[in-house]
This record gives sequence, C-alpha cells and structure tokens, in this order.
Amino acid sequence: MIPGPFSYRKAASLEEAIALLQQYGGEAKVLSGGQSLIPMMKFRLAEPAVIVDINRIPGLDAIEERNGILAIGGLVREVALERSPLIRQRYPIIADTAEVVADPLVRNLATIGGNLAHGDPANDHPATMLALRAEVVARGPGGERVIPIDDFFVDTFTTALAPDEILTEIRIPAPPPRSGGAYMKFERKVGDYAVAAAAAFLVLDEAGKIARAGIGLTNVYYKPIRAEAAENALVGQVPSDGLFRTAAELAAQATDPTTDLRGPAEYKRAVARTMTLRALKAALSRAQVA
Amino acid sequence: MTTTPIRGLGHPVKRKEDPRFIRGKGTYVDDIKLPGMLFLDIVRSPYAHARIKRIDPSKALAMPGVVDVITGAELEKAGLAWMPTLMSDRQMVLPTDRVVYYAQEVAAVVATDRYTAADAVLAVEVEYEPLTPVLDPFKALEPGAPLVRPDREQKTNHIWHWEAGDKEKTDRIFQEAEVVVSQDLYIPRIHVCSIETCGCVVNYDRATDKLTIWMTSQAPHAHRTVFSLVSGIPEHKIRIISPDIGGGFGGKVPVYPGYVIATYAALKLGKPIKWIEDRSENLQADSFARDYHIHAELAATRDGRIRAMRVHTVADHGAFDAAANPSKFPAGLFSVCTGSYDMEAAHVAVDGVYTNKPPGGVAYRCSFRVTEAVHTIERMVDILADELGMDPAEIRFKNFIRPEQFPYKSPTGWEYDSGNYPATLQKALDAIGYQELRREQAERRARGELMGIGISTFTEIVGAGPSHTFDILGIKMFDSAEIRVHPTGSAIVRIGVQTQGQGHETTFAQIVAEELGLPVENIIVEHGDTDTAPYGLGTYASRSTPTAGAATAVAARKIREKARLIAAHLLEVSPDDLEWRDYAFRVKGAPDRFKTMQEIAFAAYTNFPQGLEGGLEAVCYYDPPNLTFPFGAYVCVVDIDRGTGQVKIREFLAVDDCGTIINPMIVEGQIHGGLTMGMAPALFEEIVYDENGTMLTGTFMDYLLPTAMETPHWKTDKTVTPSPHHPLGAKGVGESPTIGAPPAIVNAVVDALSHLGVRHIDIPITPAKLYQILVEKGVAE
Amino acid sequence: MERVPIQLTVNGQLYQAEVEPRMLLVHFIRDVLNLTGTHIGCDTTSCGACTVLWDGRPVKSCTVFAVQADGGEILTVEGLERDGQLHPVQEGFWEEHGLQCGFCTPGMMMTAVALLQENPDPSEEEIRKAIAGNLCRCTGYVNIVKAIQYAARKMRETAPAAAGIAGGE
Repeated sequence: MIPGPFSYRKAASLEEAIALLQQYGGEAKVLSGGQSLIPMMKFRLAEPAVIVDINRIPGLDAIEERNGILAIGGLVREVALERSPLIRQRYPIIADTAEVVADPLVRNLATIGGNLAHGDPANDHPATMLALRAEVVARGPGGERVIPIDDFFVDTFTTALAPDEILTEIRIPAPPPRSGGAYMKFERKVGDYAVAAAAAFLVLDEAGKIARAGIGLTNVYYKPIRAEAAENALVGQVPSDGLFRTAAELAAQATDPTTDLRGPAEYKRAVARTMTLRALKAALSRAQVA
Repeated sequence: MTTTPIRGLGHPVKRKEDPRFIRGKGTYVDDIKLPGMLFLDIVRSPYAHARIKRIDPSKALAMPGVVDVITGAELEKAGLAWMPTLMSDRQMVLPTDRVVYYAQEVAAVVATDRYTAADAVLAVEVEYEPLTPVLDPFKALEPGAPLVRPDREQKTNHIWHWEAGDKEKTDRIFQEAEVVVSQDLYIPRIHVCSIETCGCVVNYDRATDKLTIWMTSQAPHAHRTVFSLVSGIPEHKIRIISPDIGGGFGGKVPVYPGYVIATYAALKLGKPIKWIEDRSENLQADSFARDYHIHAELAATRDGRIRAMRVHTVADHGAFDAAANPSKFPAGLFSVCTGSYDMEAAHVAVDGVYTNKPPGGVAYRCSFRVTEAVHTIERMVDILADELGMDPAEIRFKNFIRPEQFPYKSPTGWEYDSGNYPATLQKALDAIGYQELRREQAERRARGELMGIGISTFTEIVGAGPSHTFDILGIKMFDSAEIRVHPTGSAIVRIGVQTQGQGHETTFAQIVAEELGLPVENIIVEHGDTDTAPYGLGTYASRSTPTAGAATAVAARKIREKARLIAAHLLEVSPDDLEWRDYAFRVKGAPDRFKTMQEIAFAAYTNFPQGLEGGLEAVCYYDPPNLTFPFGAYVCVVDIDRGTGQVKIREFLAVDDCGTIINPMIVEGQIHGGLTMGMAPALFEEIVYDENGTMLTGTFMDYLLPTAMETPHWKTDKTVTPSPHHPLGAKGVGESPTIGAPPAIVNAVVDALSHLGVRHIDIPITPAKLYQILVEKGVAE
Repeated sequence: MERVPIQLTVNGQLYQAEVEPRMLLVHFIRDVLNLTGTHIGCDTTSCGACTVLWDGRPVKSCTVFAVQADGGEILTVEGLERDGQLHPVQEGFWEEHGLQCGFCTPGMMMTAVALLQENPDPSEEEIRKAIAGNLCRCTGYVNIVKAIQYAARKMRETAPAAAGIAGGE
C-alpha cells in the first residue's frame, strides 16, 4: 500500500505552520506522529495535497507543572508520558492511558496532540482528558485560544480545531490532595482499539466522601464522552462497591456503541460498565493513598 | 583423525541458516533486484460476484512510467486466462467476463516502480454489473441458488462427495447404541498469514531462452511442472528458485494468479518483472484454510466405551477448489477423525461446495485437514464425558488404542505406526498436577470463579506419502536427497523439500553427520533451486522429515555401503570383516584398526579398489511405506473474566511424541510456534464476510495475530516412541501443536462452564461470544 | 513531481538523495540504499518487520516518510555487527533459537536492542510488553524472550564494550 503524492512542507515555527495551513486551506494536513495519518494515506483514505510537518517546531514537547496546572505539549510522544517520573507519580491515569495506546513502537512516534486532534472516539486520551477536565490550547492565525475539553470533541473525526489551528498544549488541573485516577482499557489484543475503555478520576473530601468525580469513555459513542450522570451519582457519597456499580451502570447507559467485529453493541455497553467499575476501584485506591 | 564432534541425531545444534538471518542477509523474494526490472500490481474486484462490463486501461496507460495493462481478454488469446488448480479444478488467472469473489484479480498493471504501479491500479476503470453472491455453503446447495461456476458442465455448486469407513456397520452400531451424543461444529475460515506475503521475480533471458522465477514457493519442483504444463514451455527451460521464505504454513503451496500474470508479462515485455503482494491482498485473496461445517456423532456404551463415530461435513471451498490435497483425498486426511481411540466402526462423509469466496482449502500449519479431524474427535470425547458424567482424562484412558495394538488399523483404513497414548497422557497429568487443579477448580467454583482444565490427546498423520495412494496431479509423493562427499571429507546435500523456517539446513546436515560420521559443520544443505536440487514434492503437511529425511538417511547409507568397500581395501580386509561403529569402519575384533569417513572419502578419489567407480555420492528417491503418526497429550488451564468474557490461558503443557528427535532445540521451537498458531484460531483469528461477500477482516487491524502479550509461556515435554518404518524412527512435528492446541483450549473453556450446562463453543472463542454465554447462564458480571 | 533533498546517516554512513515526499522510509532503506534486511510484512503499522532505530528509538519505518527523517540517524539490522563482532542481541537470537523463518527477526532484534539500552535487566513481562509491536508467526515468542534475556546477561557482563551502539545517542 502506497500513499498518494503530496507536497511536503516542514515548518520551523508555529507561525510558519499556521501560515502554511492558511495558505493551503483544507488541502493541507498536519503531520505530527503520523501513526494514524500515514496508514490512512496508504489506503488512500486520506489524500492531502500538502503535508505540514510540525515535528521540528521547538517548544511543543515539554511536560511541566506550572501555576497549578500540568502542561503537556502537543508534540509530546506517548513514550515520554509513559516514562515521565512526573506523570507516573502525580498523574498515573495519564501513564495508564499512554501505555495502552497502540503498541510500543507506535508510541515512540505517536503524540498526545495527535491522539486528541484526530477526533477519533476510539483513541484513548480523550476519555482521560474528559475525566480530568482538561483544556486544549489551540494556536491559529488569530493567536491562542483555550478550549474546555467538553467543547473540544464535536463529531467523529471532528474537533473544535479550525483547519488553520494547531493543538499546542493540553492543560490539566494539578491533582488536589486525596485524588486519584485510573484508565482501564479492554482490547482484544495489543495494538487494537478498545472494545470499551473508561477513565475515572476521584477527589475525596476529608471525611472520605467523593467531592469530585470524572468519568470518560472510549469507543462507545460517536465521539468521546463524559458520563455525566454517573459522575453526579458519585458526588457527595461515601465510596462503596454498590455505589460504584450504580455509577458504572449509569456510565454504560450513557453509551451508544456500534456493533462491529469487536462485538455487538450490548456487549460493548457491558464492557464499558466493567471498565468503569474497575477504573473507579483503581482510582479510589490511588486517591486513598494520595 | 578429526577431533571435531560429529553432533548427529539428538544434538541441539545451533542453526546453520541463522548467521545470514541475524545479519539481515537473508534473500527473500522482495530482496531480489534485477537490472531494468518492472513492477506489477493488481487491480482487484470490489464485488464478490459481478459481471465485468468494461475494463478501460487508457487513463492508466497514459500515466508516465506505466508500461502495460494486462487483462483477461489478452490472456485468453494466449490460452492463459485459466489455470489448473492442484485439485484438478480450474481457476481464473484474470477474468474475461465475471468475478466470483471479493478482491479477485481483475487486471494487472506494469510500471517502472512500485509507486507508479500503485497509482496506476487506481486509474484502471472497471465497470461492473453486480450479481447476487452466494456465501453460505448450505444455501449454495439449495435449488435455484446463484451459480458460482457457470463455466462448468455441472450446473450446481456441489463439487464432490467423498466418504470413508463402513457406513452400514456404523449405522447399525448407532441404532443399537446405549448412548449417542451429537454436535454441530463449525471450524471457521482462517488465513496462514506468514509475515512475508507472496510474490515473485520473473526473468526471461532471450539469449538462453530460459525462464527463471524466484518465487515464494513451498514446492518449487511441483510448481515448475505446473508452469510447464500451463505455458507449454519445456520443463528444462524453466528454473524455479525458492529463496529464503518468510514463513509458509501452507499458504505458499498453491499457484496464485499473480505468479502466472508476472510470468506472462516477463515473456511479453522482455523485462524482469517483480510482483509482491500487500498484506491486505494476501489476506483477502490468497488461499484460506478450514471452513468446515461438521456434524459429528459418537455412539458409546453407558460405561463410556466409544463404539462408533459418524461425521458429515460440508466443506466451503470458495469459488475454485484450489486446495492442496493429495489427488485421491479431496477432504485431505480428514478421515483420521477417529483419533487416538479404538472403536468398532466409523463413517465419514464430506461434500465440497462452491461459494463466492476466495478459493483454497489449504492447510494452516497442519497436515491435510487433520486439524478439523482432531478438533472434531477431541471435542466429541469431551461431550461424551459430559453426557456420562465422566472425567475427560478417565474417558480417554478408557478408550485409547493400547500400546500393544500397534500397528493399529483404524476403522477408516489408516494403519497407525506406533504410539503409547496412556503413557503420554499420564506424564502430562502428573507434570501439571491434574488432581490438584481439579480441587482448585472446585474451590473456585464455590466462590463463583470460572476456571477450566482442558485435555487434548491427539493423533497426527503426516508424511504423505506412499506412492500407491498419494499423488498430486499424478506426481507421486515421494521425496528425494542427493549427497556428495568431497575428497577432504566435507559434503553437500541437496534435497527436494524446501525450508520456510523449519531449519532443514541444520537438521538434514545432522542426519548426514550421524549416518556418515562427518562433523555437522562440514555438511552443507542446498534446496529450493529446481536446476540443482533433485525432484521433490515440497515442504508442507509435516512431510519433510518423514520423506526427505528418510531419503537423506537412505542415500547416506548407500554411501556408507560403498565406503565399506573402500575401507576394506585400505585396511586390506574383507568388507564382511568390518563393522560400522562409533562413526568409523572398524575391523571386527580389532576395533582400533579403523578408517574414518574422512579417510575413506579421500581414498574414494585417490586410492579406490579396482573395479569400483571413483567418487562418493548417492541419490535416493524415498517412497515411504506408510505415513507416520505423531501424537501428544496437551493440558490447558484457563481463567475466564466474568466482566469481559476474556479467556486467559494460565498454563499450557504440551507433551509431544514425534518419534526420534533429530534436533531437540528445533523440535521445541516448532512446538512453541505450532501452539501459538493453534491458540490463534481458538481465540482470535477468523475471516469474516458481510452479507455482500466483502471481507471485513482484510488487514492486521481486524485479522488478529497474537502478540507476545497474548501468548502464554508454553511448557513442553516429550515422550519418544520411534516410528518402526522410518529409517531414523522420526515422525515429523511442525504441525502437531497446531492441531492439538485448539481442542485443549476449547475443552478448557467449556470445562470452566460445564456446571452451567455449556457443552460446546465454536472457535474462535472471542470475548464477545463468551460474554454472551455468561449472560445467558446468569454469571456475567 | 516534487522531489526533496534529504541527508541521512544510516549505519554510520552518510547518504544524500532526492526523494518523492511520499516515499516511505522503509522503501528508501530497501530500494534506494539496498539494505534489504529491513522487511515489510503489513500495511497497517501492525507487524513491526520494518522496525529500525531512528535517533535511537525503535520505529516502524513503514509509517515514517523518508523526508521526515532528514538529518537523522538510522540504525538497521545491517549496522548491528561491529568489527566482525555480532551484537549480543544477534548472538542471543542464534544461541536461543529465537528465529525460524527469519523474516520478523531484524525488526524484532532492533526492538530488543533499544529495550536493552533502556532496561539492562528486563523481566519476561517487560520483554513481552516491549516486543508487542512486533509480530512473529513462527516461534511463539518463548525463545525470543530467552534470546533477549541472553543478550541482557551478555551485555551486563561486558557493559563497556556494548554501550552506545545505537545511532543517535
């Protein structure tokens, strides 16, 4: 399988990249890790006339905490998230997520920015970012804007990014005390997309009740979703197996999966329930030691 | 005298082929590059069944770098639009009026490079008129079903009916039987997916009038004969070279249209042509395996004695019967389905059917249809045990063919050469701690956990085969070896079989080392070039060691007999006064008077007795007197995730008996690989079509090959029961684990659920499929 | 047709070429440089037969455009052996029968080389996780794991000699 011909533009700066995107309009595609785009091009499912390679743009690959947020650059590779001591210690839910994206070789190139900007409901980071109430920073001709994650995923393969905008950073609130999160993915084999996966993030109050809850789901809706009813059911409650089962059931009810080779819709809904339950349990045990 | 160790049979000799592979210096077909070479790529059908109204190559031909577009109409003029299959059916090379399966070859483009060729494929315009496809073989047999093959005289989708065993006796036993169990089993369509796809490089040299084809071939000589018959080119003008092969598993036995089109293009254009499949083409259009719809029954006594077996199978062959079976066996060796059990009678019937799916019926790392046979009997024995409330191990011990019954004549006519089934199963049960596992299972069940233990005690049938019964297109299934010993005591061995990873360059050298007393380092093995290797039928169905391995041993023994004469001459004794012991000819009663093979070899060129021809070489075309029957006992332990339906193999022990072992390291490696290719269709792999006949599993994203993470750490052990008729006692092993593993896994999963009334689950046991069962039984989380 | 000049160091040797932007790195390595040890086994970034080290990281070279790697360092299987001395990973695959048909082997070994640079003493689980992007159809992975463990032992014993072999450290 051979990609169709295209024109290659290597951007040295964000300004240059944005100018190129403006110049070529919808004809151009941003090349980040390329691990979704290039396979699509090989099957001629994507035939961009111009490729704007942003990999050489400096400053987009940092992982740092500043002013109460975690900032992850759009070009941060999955492998960097997996191995970052900061991520592993303070944001294990993100390490959970990164290490189940595709396979280890793909993760050496795939970027978190690409994972989000592709708008694929099967990708793993969207659910986690929904659970964490992240913000996406986009840079375009008019400058920078910050998009709440709840507004970011618009449709299948469609995000709030304009064609001439580039995802430069993801911002995540720093974890408060007594908080914890986990991502649980059920895949048929390594390298497969999730049958269903769930991200759960819990903040406990001093009495041990759930003060805040975040639940995001992968590959069970036409776009990545947050299980709002499940979150609401958790808040103010003392965590228990029964409570988590109720929340998992509500999360499952929020899904609308399609039937495909991974299984019938009702099966995926059941797996979403199981993954939510397991993610909540793992999140709680992390919150209890945090 | 040399002090270099001989390292013949039984030594874990490091492989001779590896130094090139670990350096990236292997030569696979796509590595071959010839001056002026052009690339061929193929236009494929988006329909499973359609009339071709028009093919317009003009836009493609107008593209810079595009040299030619070849269609069926053009091939028809050359008499090449159709080719014979190995099963004496015929298959379209390129269609002239209709396509009969999804991804079928429709036209071919030739261009200066692979990128241009890929672009040109998209520029060939084809107008189709879609026809109704028939995909279900049972519907294909109904009156009024769409006809897959209007080119045939018989206006039906039924291909053939085949039977084995004694129907009358079997029916009689079933009528009077105390207990009868029956089950429908579907063994789905799967694909071998060697990591290297298929392809070829064809070069026609006008100056010498010689056609050289480097191709991914498991059977280069047979392919040369087919090419000669199809093209009319004399066989000595065709040279087929099967270079390093990146895995075969049966998928490189058939002749695919791409090879023929590339050859036509090379002859027409006078330029070397390369054709290499993409993975998706390989998965979508190359020969499939299995696709057997089986109805099986066992008749037994109330105390668990199996009396008879009755099987009827509908075999979906796709649009052409392009299976690779011995000619007299359209259902392969499926009639070995009575397995390891002694019973009074059996009857097996198989009907082959055409559907609008890709052609085939090749093996998937298994001797012809033996996986289907073993799956059937090993599942049925468990079903019978469940019916009678017996332990699956107990029912097996009760029904095994006893060691003293060998050679054993099976009710369907096979003569099993040797075996000791109870010893092998007992070894496996002891090693895995069977009784302890059963106790653990009971405890877990009480806690609501699902754990299962599965046993498979299979008998394999390999080494086709004796020429009185086995041929492919009339060519008898002997195999060959040719050995030349050089003056200084090294040797070259040429064999008619073709390695695709089995390590022939090492194991065949070990056979010669053992037989001639020459160090294994000093023996080189060549194969795969029809201009130099002796004629052979190729490597598949675990036949290399049983056939060519035997030929190699016999050829070496011929050399040894001549060497005896030379040794006698050198030692000035009568040949009868010599004995072959400790890798030398020694004078009886004076063992320190001896001559080594190295000394004898030198004499064979410098000082041989009068009346004897010089040189030291021999050829053997070995016609095996029987097949060989490797066997084994496998035990699998699984845990089931009630929240997802996922099966986790906790432990898997394989005790194999393949007779005499040539290289234990290679045997163990073959078993690891075979077990993995057994697990894959049991849990992951399946080719799926939608209602239009479009393949939904046409890439590695959807056709799921297990990675190291899904594959358990296999444990292996062995017993050794030599074959009485093979010169070395060896039986062949590469495929035993592929046939033995699936029922062990399925039996374990069913065992985990047996207390809930589950008796059978068809493969692959996907999480979705299993979860549905958990829901129905009220145990899903 | 647009052609882009690129400059790549492959196995320590500098190459300059003009390539079509769409040329995949694997085709550049195989068809332009004639380094055919790097193989192609699929079209969906699944099999890893094409794995090479790009600036020290194992990547699937079928999913990188050659132009992207401009200025980079590539290590392929042909660059593992140094001064006639097999890399410990090559040695391990030979010693432990970690290969059969040999087709996935170069990619598998490149992944192993990178793993051992990060983790000199990986557990079986860590090895299996690291090679999960490389498919093997012959071996069942057991001996591949053993081969990598063999190499790890060997490299720990002779640490200074084996260090820094990958490009782009």
